This record gives sequence, structure tokens and C-alpha cells, in this order.
Amino acid sequence: MSGLIYLIPIALLLGLAGLAAFFWAMRSGQFEDMDGAGARILIEDE
Amino acid sequence: MTAHATLSGEQLQRTVFAVPGAHCAGCMAKIERGLAELSGVLSARLNLTARQLSVSHEKSLEVPELVAAIGRLGFAAQPLTDAAMVKQDAASRALLRATAVAGFAAMNIMLLSVSVWSGAQGAVRDLFHLLSGLIAIPTVAYSGQPFFRSAWSALKHGRTNMDVPISIGVLLVTALSLFEALTGGPHAYFDGAVMLLFFLLVGRVLDSVMRDRARDGVTALLKQTAPGALVIAEDGRSSWIRAEDLRLAMLMIVAAGERLAADGVVESGSSSLDLSLLTGESAPRSATIGDTVHAGTLNLTAPLHVRVTATGRDSSIAEIARLMGEAGQGKSRYVRIADRAARLYAPAVHTLAAMSFVVWLMLGAGWHQSMLIAAAVLIITCPCALGLAVPAAQIVAAGSLMRAGVLVKDGSALERLAEVDRALFDKTGTLTLGRPELVNARALNREEQSVVLALSRSSRHPLAEAVRRALEAHSIAPAELDDVKEIPGVGLSGTYAGTAVSLARGQGTGGLSTYFTRGESSPVRLRFEDRLRPDTREALARLRDLDIECSVASGDSAPSVAAALRGLGLTAQTGMGPEDKLQLIARLNGSGRKVLMVGDGLNDGPALAAGHASMAPGSASDVGQNAADAVFLGDSLLPVAKAVAAARRTMRVVRQNFAIAIGYNAIAVPLAFAGKVTPLVAALAMSGSSLVVVANALRLRSAAR
Repeated sequence: MSGLIYLIPIALLLGLAGLAAFFWAMRSGQFEDMDGAGARILIEDE
Repeated sequence: MTAHATLSGEQLQRTVFAVPGAHCAGCMAKIERGLAELSGVLSARLNLTARQLSVSHEKSLEVPELVAAIGRLGFAAQPLTDAAMVKQDAASRALLRATAVAGFAAMNIMLLSVSVWSGAQGAVRDLFHLLSGLIAIPTVAYSGQPFFRSAWSALKHGRTNMDVPISIGVLLVTALSLFEALTGGPHAYFDGAVMLLFFLLVGRVLDSVMRDRARDGVTALLKQTAPGALVIAEDGRSSWIRAEDLRLAMLMIVAAGERLAADGVVESGSSSLDLSLLTGESAPRSATIGDTVHAGTLNLTAPLHVRVTATGRDSSIAEIARLMGEAGQGKSRYVRIADRAARLYAPAVHTLAAMSFVVWLMLGAGWHQSMLIAAAVLIITCPCALGLAVPAAQIVAAGSLMRAGVLVKDGSALERLAEVDRALFDKTGTLTLGRPELVNARALNREEQSVVLALSRSSRHPLAEAVRRALEAHSIAPAELDDVKEIPGVGLSGTYAGTAVSLARGQGTGGLSTYFTRGESSPVRLRFEDRLRPDTREALARLRDLDIECSVASGDSAPSVAAALRGLGLTAQTGMGPEDKLQLIARLNGSGRKVLMVGDGLNDGPALAAGHASMAPGSASDVGQNAADAVFLGDSLLPVAKAVAAARRTMRVVRQNFAIAIGYNAIAVPLAFAGKVTPLVAALAMSGSSLVVVANALRLRSAAR
């Protein structure tokens, strides 16, 4: 049972990290152009 | 993207263009690289989702040059005015953030709850409850805000909506669970409260995603009544000035094929003007020195110099805007189906919860246990399925309609569209295509056709473009011509195999026409007409099948309406101004009809705002598109009938979803009443019913057939 003392904070921190990553992605405009992001990878560099 | 925000240089400017033709990686590379090579362009970035190109460039590089540069790359571009550019997606983002927080909290609380359900006892259970509370309370405070705010504003006005029972339920359950957690009680409903918020927020996000998507679609279509004009300064130099920066007494040069950006008086030149967006009149009107011309008018044949007499808010459009403001009030009073349901639902739920509390108290249960049971009743009846049922069905249907070429602005539009039983059509640009089409290409032989095509390709004049469209459709190959010249206001000329050829306007009147001359032979008259949209007949038949009576309300004169509508079996009222159309709709409303207004022009704006529901074609004026509930793309008129049918199908599914939600309550409420609903049962029932309504909504994927 004493493992919970570590495991629960770890679980919560991981969840929070995910949430923070989502917020960052939204703020930095990662979802601005969903179609374009997929297409851009096909553009060849010159 | 962020780079644009930091642009602050005096010499730099950011302009956003709608580029509807861009659809692939190749287009992106072509446009972005092509523009980057242009001197004066700092950067260009294309947003493929919104089909918008954002260019930061030096101020000395003017908007028409950029449009021309994009045109040379093979894409049509329209500069967007600032008003169209302002994105109102702040609300959408806030909702998404609230949903993310609620989702995170729901997952973590569920993690803790599962161990409680599987038998955690004593200190561990209490610890888990407390932890759940620590996660849940900030979540409710943050993610619950959209509901609390809306519920509060409804209560302040003495009304009730869906958010009132939601807010009361969530707050009460959270408070009670906190008490349970602090006193070491066996049941805490934190998971239920947060999960409820999460599901409902998903519904809200779907609703706002739908609005955003339609708005982006419409923004991409906006043809800028005129984003600006070329203005001649005192010293004779000309520069491009945005519409909102135009001032009185400026002198604009309006090229053929351009729309006027402001009201004014013609100072020099004479031309014919297309007023169809303003008045619905199809025949062009001539304008010469001293005539008053209005913003939004399309200049057809020759360049004009126009002295500005009124701009923006003062222009002739202002009167129409005032009418629209008044006409739109009826629509804003419309109560959406979910809120109508809530009017019955909220009192019923609250009475039930209060009753269960009183009954259990009288049966001798302690006030604490009675309170717990009342809370269970509240959480089980909370309209989770209802809150999800309507937006889920509407977004699936809107997605299906979008694939069929109809952009529906929001859920309320879909609800109102389903209720219409009377349709009014504008003529010019709505039943007809609203652009000249060459009707007698056969008057030319094969060789002449290829010469005419070669001539017309070198002009952007509306008639030249009509010729080009018609001949290219017949897969004619252009002939080889020498020294092709465009003489503004007159026409095109060139040399073909040693003979002079020309495509020029003649002296004749009576409809739009142009003359093709070759050498010394007599000129051939090419006639143009505004044709009916394809599938008009079938669309009208389908509407009649839906028991919708159709008729026409046109600003055009009776003879030309009669000529255009021959054989359609429609009754028509002609010569109607914006007020007349408004009155007609008011009269129909008075007799209990729900009117669908379909129109495109500026003159239809008030009627579009007044109709119970309204639709505009993609070729409509900005005012028309902004006032309409839905915009249909392409030439065909069928999407109008499809939209009404799909809207009705959507409402059927919404009603089924309501029935499912009520059926679920009929089973769950007695259980809750009997005190058998533990947090585990509540969690299962809630997710179960949500899944069922979403699955039912998915059946609408092919609603727009």
C-alpha cells in the first residue's frame, strides 16, 4: 500500500504534464491549420 | 504564426487574402515561394484549412499588385477586410481549455474512484475521496464557468435554461461530496460531477466548432463589397486605399470589373453599372458624368473617376443596415429546442429532488442520508444526454451538409430551417446565376470561336470572361494572335493571319451584347443572358414535396422576371424594394407561416434577417452572406432543398435523442429515488446514455443526400 504514496503523485503529475502540453500546443497555434500541417510535409525543399 | 504578431515596423503591413482555389501541398509551395521571391514581401504563409493567405509586406507594395502576383501564380485571391479577418474564436478556445481541464480531472478522479468501488476501506478510502475533492473543486470552479455564467444571466432575467439545472446539480453534488469526504462518509460523487461537466463541455465544443467552421467557410467567400480603391491624390499620384480609410471628396478610379468601395458622383468617364447586388435589377444601368453611384455596384465596361460623397457607415448601405438591425430582432428571440426542453425539464428535476428529500425524511431517514439521495436524483437526472444530444446531432448533420456544399452558421439555424413551410426566392443571382452567360456561341464558326477565345483571354472584363468560360466549355483551342490590345471601355483588338480582328461593344441596346468583327466583314453580335441556375426545377419540386410553398419576390421589373421564370410555375411579386420584401415577410409571419428567405443581394439583407430562416448563394453580396443562416456553394440550387430536408431529418434524430434521454430517466430516476444509485451506478448510467445519443446522432452522417 505504501507504494501509493509515490504512485498517485506520479500519476497526477503525468496527467498534468499532458494537460500542460495541450495548453502549450493550443497557445502556440499548433491547431491553426490542421489540413496544412499534414500537407506541408509533402513540400520538397529546394 | 507568432512571427506576424511581433511585426511592428512602420514600413510593414500584413494583409490577409482569401484564396479559395488552394487545396494541396503543391499550391502551398507555389504560392508561398512565388510570393517570397517578390521584392517587398517579407513572408507569406497559407492556411490550408481556412484557405487564407497571410502576407507581411512593405507598405509600398500595394494590395492590387499582390493580387496580380497571386493571379500570375494561377490563383484567384481576394483581400479580406479587417472586419472579416478578426477571428472570434476566443470563446471556442476558452471552451476547449475548460474541456481539457475537465477531461484531465475526470480521468484522474475516475482512477481514484475505481479503487474505492473495488473495495478500498477506511483511511485509504477517505484519502482517495479527499484527493478526488482536491482535483474536483478547482475543476468545477474553472470548467463550470460557462454554465454558471449562462445560468446566472438567465436567472437574472427571470428565465431558466438548460444551464440552471446543470449548475445547481453540479454545485450541490460537489458541496455534498466535499462534506462526505471531510466526514469520512462512504459515498462521494466527485467523479459524477466532473464527468458531467466533461460530457456537457464536449457538447458545447462541438457546437462552437460548427460555428467556427461555417464562419471560416463564409469568410473565404466574402467578396469584399470593396476592400479599397485606387485614389488619385492632389499631386496626381495614385495609391491604393482601404475602404475604411476612404474619406469624403477623394477621387477614386474604378476600373472595369471592379466594385465601388464608396458612394460618390461620377467626375469623368461613362460606363454601365451592374446594380443587381443592390437592387436586384438585372439590366445594367448606364452612368455618366454627374450621376450618383453607390458602393457595392459593379463597374462593367469602362473606367470611371468617382468623387467620394459618403463612406462606410454613411453610405447608402447604412439605411439597409438599419432595416436589418430591426428585422433581426425576431430571430434573436428564437428559443432553441434544448432551452425549450429545459423549461419543462428544470422544474420537474428540482421538484423530484426536493420530493425525494422530503419523502425520505418523513420515512425516518436522517437528513444526511435524505440529502445524499436527493443529490443522487439530481446527478442522475442532470441533462447530460440532452446537453450532448442536440449539438452532436447538429454537428454531424452540418458536416454532412458541408460536404454537400451548404455552410450552416449554427445549430439554431438548423432548427429554424427545419420548421419552414414557405419559401421566398429572390430572382437575380438567386434563381439565376447572376452573371452574364454567352447564349449564342453557335453564331460563330469554329475558326472564329478560336479567335474570339484568344481575344477574350487577355481581358478580365466580365463579358470577356463569360465568353472565355463558354468557349472553353466547348473545348475550343485559342488561335494564335498578334499584338492583342485592350482599349478600356471599348474592347479588344488584335491581328489574326494578317486581318484585324476585334471584340468590342457596339451601339446597340437591349440586353448585354458585344460585337466580333473580322477584317471588313459585318460584325457578329454575341448576346449574353443571366441564366437560371442548373437544377432549379428539381430543387423547386423537392421543396414542394416537403410541403413548402414557393414564390418569387424580386426587385426586378415584371417583364424580365416573367421572361426569366417562364415554365417554372412560380408566382412572383416584382419591383419590390427592401421594405416591400420585409413587409411581405411580416405579413406571412402574421398569418402563421414560417418563411425561408433565399436571396443574395444587398437589397435582400433585411429580408434575409427577417425570415424565419434564410439562405444565400456563395456568389451573394457580403451583406447577404452575413445575414443568411446558411450559405450554399456552387451553381446548383439543389442544396437549398437538401438543406431543408437534412434539417428536418436532424430534428427527427434530436427528438429521438430526447425520447432516449427520457426513457433512460424513467428507469434511472426510480432507482435513484429508492436510494439504490451509488456513485458507480451513476457513472455507468451517465456514460451509457451519452454513448447511446452520440451513436444515434452519427446516423446523420449522410443526412444531406
